[in-house]
Amino acid sequence: MDKAFTSIDEAVADIPDGASIVIGGFFTAGTPYQLIRALARHKAKNLTIMVQSFGPGNEDISQLVLQGQVKKAICNYPFYRSATRGARSAFERAVRSGKVEVEVYPMGTFIEKLRAGGAGLAAFYTPTGVGTVAERGKEKRTFNGRDYLLELAFRPDYALVHAGYGDRMGNLICRKTARNYTPDMAAAARITIASVEELVEPGELDPDKIHVPGIYVQRVVEVERLHYIPTIE
Amino acid sequence: MAQQQKQQKKLEGLSRELIALRIANELEDGTYVNLGIGIPTLVSNWIEGRDIVLQAEIGMLNTGPLARESEVDQDLINASCQPVTELPGCCYFSDCESFAMIRGGYMDAAVLGALQVSEQGDLAGWNNPERGFPEHIGNIGGSMDLAVGAKKVIVAMTHVTTSGEPKIVKKCAYPITAERVVKLIVTDLAVIEVTDKGLVLKEVAPGLTAEDIQSVTEPRLNIAPDLKEIQL
Repeated sequence: MDKAFTSIDEAVADIPDGASIVIGGFFTAGTPYQLIRALARHKAKNLTIMVQSFGPGNEDISQLVLQGQVKKAICNYPFYRSATRGARSAFERAVRSGKVEVEVYPMGTFIEKLRAGGAGLAAFYTPTGVGTVAERGKEKRTFNGRDYLLELAFRPDYALVHAGYGDRMGNLICRKTARNYTPDMAAAARITIASVEELVEPGELDPDKIHVPGIYVQRVVEVERLHYIPTIE
Repeated sequence: MAQQQKQQKKLEGLSRELIALRIANELEDGTYVNLGIGIPTLVSNWIEGRDIVLQAEIGMLNTGPLARESEVDQDLINASCQPVTELPGCCYFSDCESFAMIRGGYMDAAVLGALQVSEQGDLAGWNNPERGFPEHIGNIGGSMDLAVGAKKVIVAMTHVTTSGEPKIVKKCAYPITAERVVKLIVTDLAVIEVTDKGLVLKEVAPGLTAEDIQSVTEPRLNIAPDLKEIQL
């Protein structure tokens, strides 16, 4: 089974207008910058993008907003922390003018919705968000005297993720805190496209150290390791 | 009364670093702790060498001090996107597992910043309506999960806003992060415990009196019988 693509543009070429796409990365760590750029070149429109943030550490994603490709954003930390920096952001302008619809979930709920989706579950109950705006429109139920909110699983069409190492069968090993959302996003999506910094032959990765089993990854493409300075601003 | 308060001179208290030190003294050895963005992050400067394991919700236990320039690894950051380092015995895991351990009750304490705290311990910290977005959208991040999951929530904040308004209030006007979760409030002016019988003023900054603290706190404070100066 060989899932390797030589061209990153070919790897994203079939993403249709209207697709739902989850994008990995926690601020700068593990963000699949080259796949985001390929999606901008591909120009699919009316996309629902599920990603931690449209602000800090994710400048490339602004291009999708500037090109009008994003219909809806599902995030847990959508904006820049600084109001001044935020006022200059294409995403914040698009949200204020109503061009992009936004849903926000607590971080743990955000990723658990994907875990549940990938694991064949319809929904789960969480204590997070009870008594806050996050409970709007959701079923509230009491178990053992404590209130919980019903959250629905999410099953996106595509996932764009990044890993340090991958083999042709799609097995991935992530580096340090760059692992973050990658395993659960890869499992949730129907088609997962992974960019890796080092693509190797089956058997070369230690099977005891795999973070994402290849069954969750449909396409893998080697990219150059980008160097950047981690910063939230 | 209200006018009298306005005329009062600005009360001087602890620096951000010393608020962090007071909180570090509150943390017990042998515990797992998560530090939020802002003043809470500074607590890490005061616990080096202590038997306290910091959790970073991005997916790491035993996070070390901030990386020096020569040590920066772009794949090793904390939840505030600061380059950090490893301590012996550290480990990495997914964000999903990170929040499973947070909701699962494994964090002994979470130190969080706040815009407001109510007399019942409601915490408001994720959404500043002055940004002008609809009430239901803002940077929630990990705050709601930490607030409901940690065994003890400690708030680190300045006692009043930049315009001098109390941040400890009868009822939060800002969108809340969680209901009835805050156990201890440490500010530049005071240490206040949230109890079933209301707020208890335990410690005041050097040179201040209980009356000074009450003048910048909206709900009525119960004064601890052993009220003392903040111990650093």
